Amino acid sequence: MSGWFGVLLAVALAAALTFLTLPVVAIFAQQPPGDLVSALGEEGALDALWLSLRTTAAAVLLILVVGTPAAYLLATRRFRGRAGLITLIELPLVLPPAVAGIALLAAVGPSTLLGRAARDAGVQLTLATAGVVVALTFVAAPFYLRQAIAAFEAVDATLLDASRTLGASPARTFARVAIPTALPGLVAGTALALGRALGEFGATLMFAGSFQGVTQTVPLAIYDRFATDFTAALALSAVLVAVSAAILLSVKLVRAPDAL
Amino acid sequence: MRRLLALVTVLAIAGCGDDATVSGGGDKPQIVVSAASSMKEALTACAPDFPDADVRLQFAGSDELAAQIRQGVPVDVFAAANTKLPDALAQEGKLGRPVTFATNQLVLAVPADGGEVDSLRALERPGVTLVVGAEGVPVGDYTRAVLARLGADRSNAMLANVRSNEPDVKGIVGKLTQGAADAGFVYASDVEAANGELRAIELPAELEPTATYGAGVVKAAKQPDAAEAFVDDLLAGGCHRALLAAGFGEP
Repeated sequence: MSGWFGVLLAVALAAALTFLTLPVVAIFAQQPPGDLVSALGEEGALDALWLSLRTTAAAVLLILVVGTPAAYLLATRRFRGRAGLITLIELPLVLPPAVAGIALLAAVGPSTLLGRAARDAGVQLTLATAGVVVALTFVAAPFYLRQAIAAFEAVDATLLDASRTLGASPARTFARVAIPTALPGLVAGTALALGRALGEFGATLMFAGSFQGVTQTVPLAIYDRFATDFTAALALSAVLVAVSAAILLSVKLVRAPDAL
Repeated sequence: MRRLLALVTVLAIAGCGDDATVSGGGDKPQIVVSAASSMKEALTACAPDFPDADVRLQFAGSDELAAQIRQGVPVDVFAAANTKLPDALAQEGKLGRPVTFATNQLVLAVPADGGEVDSLRALERPGVTLVVGAEGVPVGDYTRAVLARLGADRSNAMLANVRSNEPDVKGIVGKLTQGAADAGFVYASDVEAANGELRAIELPAELEPTATYGAGVVKAAKQPDAAEAFVDDLLAGGCHRALLAAGFGEP
């Protein structure tokens, strides 16, 4: 570690740290904290925060309810095409948001068969809050599924076997053994999905539009204010930074409680 | 180590020289033009033929572009979908004297294959879905100004049907061509550019639906001479003709 190599490592770390933290610090440094707080008092900003909370909660709930059993199946069974299936599920993870928006429009947009069927059934997706939930679920679900599959895979198979030999049904084994054992991984996955859903921008704008209180989530509200009210944009950004930091910290705490 | 350093140096130089290498245009200077989304088709068509410089175009809502210039993003020319933003930037000392170079008509756009809306009055019906530009975006401000001339009752009835406030005019066009909304207020040139997917319903002259476009050379321009030449081209050259061909009018 001595000599030039040590210096190189230290310089690299300093460069990475400066580059990654400076923009985040600047959000808080550009305006006095009082201005940021009063900018949040503006009605549209609170609407955006409330909408983001509701839609993110709905999306994460959907992801947990459907994703947990699906991940358990993929983690505990071995069958042909399993790897391909997992890759398909993970694909939205690496899709650019604009592609996600186009893909949703092409699949369930108003001019598609599915979109028309939904409208006839009284479910409005595009330009409606439900559309925001669909967009958030689509982009955030793979983050949870990936983590959940890994967490269930790491559960010792003999534990599950023991539970079953002792007479517990597969459902009971899943609920009472697999989930508690995999819980730290599931929580980490939930947090990642939560963070991704909160930050979603492109797919929401393309698929659901932007309307205060209906489809304008915090990232869309930031973009909307960027040109006309930079202070308000900074204030909302500061809230997202704080929430994201809290999510990240809680993940670290769940995973390694003594690490901090 | 020496090899690593060399690699890093090469990458750094390549990074810095990015502007020069992608243009590939030899000795010509390069200018960056920030233009309103509504001019996308016209300027994309004429920019390669601009003789004095390689033109790099970036399109967004005029208000976003103005905000970028205020934040110091280095561009050479600002071409907006109104005169308000260039005038404001000029007053702040960020832009040279702005000129008006084209006009555009605000129209009511509807899907070409028929639908809910066949007249301006139909927008007052409850249940019709309307998409407009956000406040602060020129097309959104024009729309609100035009609707205000209808009187509070009619304009409030129409604004109650708005389902999305889009950050630029192309967002409105996208929502309409996807069938996500029944109608939207865009420019005549956008309907022209939509390949027959949209139909324009003209607005009565007493609503003053004409939008005037203004442009100027950014004070911090790296290539002020080429930028000036491009503004002249917008006024009278190839890009002016391209704008007229795309459905814009004379100022």
